[in-house]
Amino acid sequence: MNLTRDRVVSPILFAIASFSITALFVIGVFIFVEGLPVMLRVGVWKFIGSSEWLPLEGKFGILAMIVGSITVAVGTLVVAVPLGVGCAVYLSEFASKRAVAIIKPSIELLFAIPSVVYGFIGVLFIVPFMREHFGGDGHGFNIVTASFVLGIMVLPVIVGISVDALQAVPKVYRDGSLALGATQWQTTTMVTLKAARSGILAGVILGMANAIGETMAVIMVVGNAVVMPNSPLDSVRTLTGNIALEMGYATGDHRQALFATGVVLLVMIMMLNTLTRYVTRKRVARQ
Amino acid sequence: MKARWHRLLMVVLSLTAVGLGLSGCGKRPSQGRTLRIVGSTSVFPFAELLAEAYRDVRPDIVVDVQAGGSTVGVVSAKDGICDIGTSSRELRPEEKEGLTRIEIARDGIAVIVHPGNTIDELTSDQVRDIYAGKITHWRQVGGADADIAMVTREEGSGTRGAFEEIVMGKTRISPRALVQDSNGSIREAVATSPNAIGYVSVALVNAKVKALAVDGEAPTEEHLESGAYKVMRPFLFLVKGAPEGETQKFIDFVLSADGQKVLKAEGLLSPSKQ
Repeated sequence: MNLTRDRVVSPILFAIASFSITALFVIGVFIFVEGLPVMLRVGVWKFIGSSEWLPLEGKFGILAMIVGSITVAVGTLVVAVPLGVGCAVYLSEFASKRAVAIIKPSIELLFAIPSVVYGFIGVLFIVPFMREHFGGDGHGFNIVTASFVLGIMVLPVIVGISVDALQAVPKVYRDGSLALGATQWQTTTMVTLKAARSGILAGVILGMANAIGETMAVIMVVGNAVVMPNSPLDSVRTLTGNIALEMGYATGDHRQALFATGVVLLVMIMMLNTLTRYVTRKRVARQ
Repeated sequence: MKARWHRLLMVVLSLTAVGLGLSGCGKRPSQGRTLRIVGSTSVFPFAELLAEAYRDVRPDIVVDVQAGGSTVGVVSAKDGICDIGTSSRELRPEEKEGLTRIEIARDGIAVIVHPGNTIDELTSDQVRDIYAGKITHWRQVGGADADIAMVTREEGSGTRGAFEEIVMGKTRISPRALVQDSNGSIREAVATSPNAIGYVSVALVNAKVKALAVDGEAPTEEHLESGAYKVMRPFLFLVKGAPEGETQKFIDFVLSADGQKVLKAEGLLSPSKQ
């Protein structure tokens, strides 16, 4: 009886597991089939190497948006890494059980807030603040604003993974360090953080991938001008923003060029994910 | 164990049945036709109102309205995916072929600034130069000592298309312009930025923004109706070939006094007399 059930359940579970892979495969194929022709027609280097985006005149260059996506993602890390790693160290090494019980769920709750709400708060408070105190070409709609909004958004990812990495460090490491007379802070910086380095790095890279993929909140606060940024106070457009902004209206080559934007985005995200896997695998190997 | 599964299954099934039943009844009459209207996001809210009004006249017809953009409207009409395509800009020469163009209304495009802006009026040349990036400072047009933040719509938008055609001519909108993806978000961006300039449908101007006079004419109803205010665009219905049957009847309704009353109440103007 139980054996037959196993024989039935196993293929069903396999089918369920395959479903997500199939979805990924189908999405990948679809984006490439739709996007590659126009990319090849324009020329791959011209497509990713020019920043002239005039889709209605047949000029498709997305360099400014690639740079836009990367600068916003890097800015996000500048905001999120000190906050996220600091928070993780506190939660894992210093906080009392009660503090953890309050802080950890609150940070996880950040993940549940819809991105449009982040964008809305950004437009209402951060954009006017940036405009009044810093000015610049983007008039408040700029890279710094987007970085702040995204920095808070990716915090749960970085904190969550970093806490896991810190707690995976064997207790004997800490005990050994403390026994040698190191203070708790010395133990944390010189032993625990070093041992958890690759896990934390994986969290940071995943946070960066999240930042590159985020769309709605970014569109609302970054201004979406298709220009190469000269300063952090300039407006930029991200790859995701480009797709979301123009997809509703695009037809023909323009539409295909947006799929091609998706191809570039997919490749960038895949590179980051591979990097995460590589970084974490090294950790496992060392242990 | 088994009994519990069965009960759960029963609950799920009956809920599904109730859901299907609810969605099935009420909305669609059992017989009759569906008219599909696809296109401009600017025309969309008005087309919905027209569809609602038409239900009182012809309860047996379902008018299904979808928004996708003017270009989508043109292509869908051409491909015969919908009965009526809508556009909030004039057709480009290459788009005209095979389509019947029916102007159902006109809409002014207001050039808007923050209510605190001292400027009340610009010439259309000044508006063009601002959007081209040639004029970058409010002082250059007699205003405050501040940089201009121009806000525009995204490529492909009907409102942008109409603005480019009427105001920009052959000049391009500067890539430095901030881009927002709807009339509403442009209005919001301008309402919250003291130095911003934007353009939206006249029907959407409210107290949070100030509409400028262009070439000496404010976008009032009177100036719009007389044609003195120049920044105007048509709202178009597009039909593949010649309209016939129920499609023609719906168009007749839209152009009738009853249909036009619906559009007028929302701030649109009657179509130009041809």
